[in-house]
Amino acid sequence: MSLKSYIIARILLTIPMIMLLLTFVFLIIRVLPGDPASLHFEKNVDPETLLAFKKQLGLDKPLPIQYFDYLIGLARGDFGKSMQDYSPVSQQIFSAFPATLELAMTATVIMVVLGVFLGAVAGRYYNTMRDHSIRIFGITSYAIPVFFLGEVLIMVFGIYLRWFPAGGRMFPGLTPLGLLIGGKHYATGLYVLDSLLEWNLQKLSYAIRYLTLPAIALGLALCGIFIRLTRSNMLETLQLDFVAAARARGLKERTVVYSYALRNAFLPILTMMGLQFAALLAGAVLTETTFSWPGLGRYLVDRISFRDYTAIQGVVVFFGLIVTAVSLVVDILYAYLDPRIRL
Amino acid sequence: MNVTEQEESYGRIFVQFLPQIGALRKRGLAGWAILSGGVIVGLLGIMTLIAPWISPYSPIAINVGPLLSPPSAQYPLGTNHLGQDMLSRVYYGGAIMFQVSILSVIVCLLVGVPIGLFASYKGGFTDKVASLVMDSIYAFPGLVLAIAIAAMLGPGVVNMALSIAVVYVPSYYRIIRSQVLTIKELPYVDAARMMGAKTKTTLFSYVLPNVIPSIVSVATINFADAILTAAGLTFVGLGLSVSTPDWGWDLTYGRRLLTSGAWWVITFPGIMVVLLALGFTLLGEGLSELFNPRLER
Repeated sequence: MSLKSYIIARILLTIPMIMLLLTFVFLIIRVLPGDPASLHFEKNVDPETLLAFKKQLGLDKPLPIQYFDYLIGLARGDFGKSMQDYSPVSQQIFSAFPATLELAMTATVIMVVLGVFLGAVAGRYYNTMRDHSIRIFGITSYAIPVFFLGEVLIMVFGIYLRWFPAGGRMFPGLTPLGLLIGGKHYATGLYVLDSLLEWNLQKLSYAIRYLTLPAIALGLALCGIFIRLTRSNMLETLQLDFVAAARARGLKERTVVYSYALRNAFLPILTMMGLQFAALLAGAVLTETTFSWPGLGRYLVDRISFRDYTAIQGVVVFFGLIVTAVSLVVDILYAYLDPRIRL
Repeated sequence: MNVTEQEESYGRIFVQFLPQIGALRKRGLAGWAILSGGVIVGLLGIMTLIAPWISPYSPIAINVGPLLSPPSAQYPLGTNHLGQDMLSRVYYGGAIMFQVSILSVIVCLLVGVPIGLFASYKGGFTDKVASLVMDSIYAFPGLVLAIAIAAMLGPGVVNMALSIAVVYVPSYYRIIRSQVLTIKELPYVDAARMMGAKTKTTLFSYVLPNVIPSIVSVATINFADAILTAAGLTFVGLGLSVSTPDWGWDLTYGRRLLTSGAWWVITFPGIMVVLLALGFTLLGEGLSELFNPRLER
């Protein structure tokens, strides 16, 4: 199969997955016992108000028509209206998304760099004390709820040592404005990047300081799987002939391990990054709540407390869609890098 | 094959497995992981069971001590903002975790195992549809899906367990499918089929016993996932009511007390959650290494 036809086949396969996902979320919110509109009011509502409320949100129509409306709306980028204030959910999602993206990207860097480094060290010193402690660290990181880790970081570095802020995303009033073109500012919503574009180093240092603890919490909580993956990959690769050949040529052990053998682990690591993306977003929901980080996860949790089911539905669908998109990109990238996958 | 014979074949597997427990210490790291995981889970289980007899105070009575008192001789783990004794809450709080995780693992087993066996044994269209559905759920951010379901079902142990189970059924399905695809081609399964065994008999008497080791290790790791997800659901406000002692609840409300320096409210329940999840993870890792020594070294 050529790369082109692989990509087309892969995109076609994504369509039924997205349809299933959308249907699944619809079933959860609209069909599971408990009507979202009545649940919203916790039963303290007179029938007329409830009916008017349902009308406003299109929840009074028969289910199949609601389903159809929902799909058409999503196709146009309309995620429905919030039960709280009838504002479009999509607007809220798009304004909260950059915060989540910034946190997720930074956490990814921490999780991959730390995980791969520790995994490579464990593989190199197989079955030594160093290997064992790294493995125990990996398993423990898996067992720690990310919000507990976050609370401990807040306690130690935010409240006791006061090195970093204990929560929030930016010092009030210092929101970076982004790139100035022709008297107008263009911001990406990623504060670190925007501060750089604005070239305001004070804002940059604040943006980084606010980002540090949440990103470390999320990255640490998810690095275990990369430790294990790199380690087992390393152990396999170190047995191969080309490693023996490199050693025979008299290369330093450090060079053999970190620049020859480690390179072989690149593809599995890439695949794992794709697979871990869903876990990353789930972790972000908890991390954002812990650190009052104003992203999508925080928005979702806020909406839960308002019993705003249309907003919950919108955020859940949006999470599903980005995960699907990321796994599509990773698969295509993988097929490009490793032609065997297309066979 | 009738029921007694079937039970016997499961009995045989168990008997074959028994001597291995004694020989665990010779099994290197896998044995060490199983033993330490087992001890942690066992101790926490016992602690939860005997909580009513060892707790100095009621876990839900308020104002048993001063508000937010740090650990002291009288309140060894301190008190929270309601004046509740943290030590008693730590003793009692595991019950919810055990209930939710056991229930969700049972639901996963009851749903995931039959679907996995049947669909992958049948192959063809059934297998394709089941795989597509399972893969779609598997690809979803687990906690977010559980949040959506729990938000609709409302609070409660059973509802929490159900929302968690939906998320983890695909893990069972995938591991079973990968094994059944190989096993169903083996000569002895063909032989059973040719001798006229019904699909149900073939699946549950001949195929299932060979899949059990994998199911056991998935289920054990699933306990850890269920515990972490349950704590996560509580943390986003979908947990049980205030009147239930719950480590997850303490972690949730303790966050607001951090600024007043009350580190003890989150620290001890947090350590308990980590220990319990760690115990199950060690147990599961050890078991899967024991059953599939080739996968890990």
